[in-house]
Amino acid sequence: MSGIDVARIKSDFPILSRTVRDDQPLIYLDSGATSQKPYAVLDAERAFYETSNAAAHRGAHQLAEEATAAYELARAQIAAFVGAKSENIIFTKNATESLNLAAYAFSNATALAQWGTAVDPRFQLQPGDNVVVTEMEHHANLVPWQELCAKTGATLRWISLTDDGRLDLSNLGELIDSSTKVVSVVHQSNILGTINPVAKLMAAAHSVGAIGVIDACQSIPHQGVDVVELGADLVAWGGHKMLGPTGIGLLYGTAEILDAMPPFLTGGSMIEMVTMERSTYASAPQKFEAGVPMVAQAVGLGAAVSYLTGIGMNAIAEHEHQLTSHALNGLMAIPGVRIIGPTTGIDRGGAISFVVAGIHPHDVGQVLDNLGIAVRVGHHCAWPTCRRYGVPATTRITPYLYNSQSDIDAAIAGVREAQRFFQVAS
Amino acid sequence: MSLESLYQEIILDHYKNPRGRGLLEAPLGTAFHINPTCGDEINMQVASDADGGLLIGYEGTGCSISQASASVLYELVQGLPVDEAEKIRLAFVELMHSQGHAEPDEEVLGDGVAFVGVAKYPARIKCALLAWMALQDAEIKADLVMTAPLDER
Repeated sequence: MSGIDVARIKSDFPILSRTVRDDQPLIYLDSGATSQKPYAVLDAERAFYETSNAAAHRGAHQLAEEATAAYELARAQIAAFVGAKSENIIFTKNATESLNLAAYAFSNATALAQWGTAVDPRFQLQPGDNVVVTEMEHHANLVPWQELCAKTGATLRWISLTDDGRLDLSNLGELIDSSTKVVSVVHQSNILGTINPVAKLMAAAHSVGAIGVIDACQSIPHQGVDVVELGADLVAWGGHKMLGPTGIGLLYGTAEILDAMPPFLTGGSMIEMVTMERSTYASAPQKFEAGVPMVAQAVGLGAAVSYLTGIGMNAIAEHEHQLTSHALNGLMAIPGVRIIGPTTGIDRGGAISFVVAGIHPHDVGQVLDNLGIAVRVGHHCAWPTCRRYGVPATTRITPYLYNSQSDIDAAIAGVREAQRFFQVAS
Repeated sequence: MSLESLYQEIILDHYKNPRGRGLLEAPLGTAFHINPTCGDEINMQVASDADGGLLIGYEGTGCSISQASASVLYELVQGLPVDEAEKIRLAFVELMHSQGHAEPDEEVLGDGVAFVGVAKYPARIKCALLAWMALQDAEIKADLVMTAPLDER
């Protein structure tokens, strides 16, 4: 096995000892939606509020100093976790906001340029330009780019998918061309589980002078990721899928790009100087952090990355890889079950989507829920991906470090139970 | 809560053997409703027969609850005057908001009483209501308005 002591890890997560649906033990297999939180995170947040709570980056009293120090320590911890420097990490509300921050840099720059503000031409879009995404994007990395195109007259292009859940890169040279301004792609699909060759795609973007963006929501929580090695200009992810609190997201950016980007949200904290006529802005990361920041959430997320580092991201990835292979094999052994996504563990993470012939994915999920097993049902905010594979929705299992093989076995048995209940031959 | 209380036999029967499924040749009003959180879809059509009774046509994809509910809707309101159909619709909506505590009137709701267990599952109430919301929308689009004032319903 992977060297992960699941029983010990489970004991660190208070929610995992509760019962659901008529006193059955909870089996939580929905970490792709959000992860559970260990005591270390809950305690860190509580300790901050109990001892050092104040508004960070304003005020000069002792608590304000401590809160600012706690906030910046968390930034340093999170930066180190992904191989970045503190000044390259921006705190946002969530990954969706991080991706909108990136997309709005382009629409804001385009609008500012029309009225005479000097902006970096890489961020200005016009009809004839294009934006490239993939057909497996979460809505958070699709809709903001659709909006950007609608506002600027640029064209949205996408890399289509193969039947086995991979990117079809056969026409990459035509999709990414001299008119491409942005390439924004998901690192690890939240619905298919596919791990994409993002470094290659970032290189393709840079070869035509386009800016490269990566949605790393499902990769950074589950494998050791060095954001600098990915070669992207911007990398977005969230805190709550990696044991951290809700209400905090991250955006990594290279110093050069963050300096060139116009701000997204404006107001307090992000300014350098303000007069009644105009303002100038602080340098990154403050330029992108308007308003009183979410210090407690940052502190909680700092504790989360310390916890993950203590276990070891390689050990977590190996553990999940074993669970994923076990789940794929177990599910595929059931007649009538179809995996939506790659069917082997190669270049694949732990989002395991499937459909069961004759039973709607919601109904499969309901049977599992009735057994105390929490999974995700629906289109997983990747509706076009569902359409690509001809399914209205899927049932999805996403294991994490606190799941055991017996959790997977319970889910597989639950799928068979769904077939029995709905009288579908298996 | 047992699975059987949610998925009563009646619901599974309507899911597997939907009544009246299919679209109308000359609909007066059509409403396509989706549940954006899960992708359930219903295309609901209404027309009027020679006696002023409702004609219902529908198609859809989705979970057993959403599709069975459309089938039950057809069975309950096909051929009824709009006012009577509206009384049933309101009774069904009320049942779904009962949190499972209601004792539904089978005289009014027929097979619709089987959905009482669904009302205990907040995430599934929208599934059950999808067809009924689409019916209301289709009636408005068809200008099939009620003749009785609200307080006489």
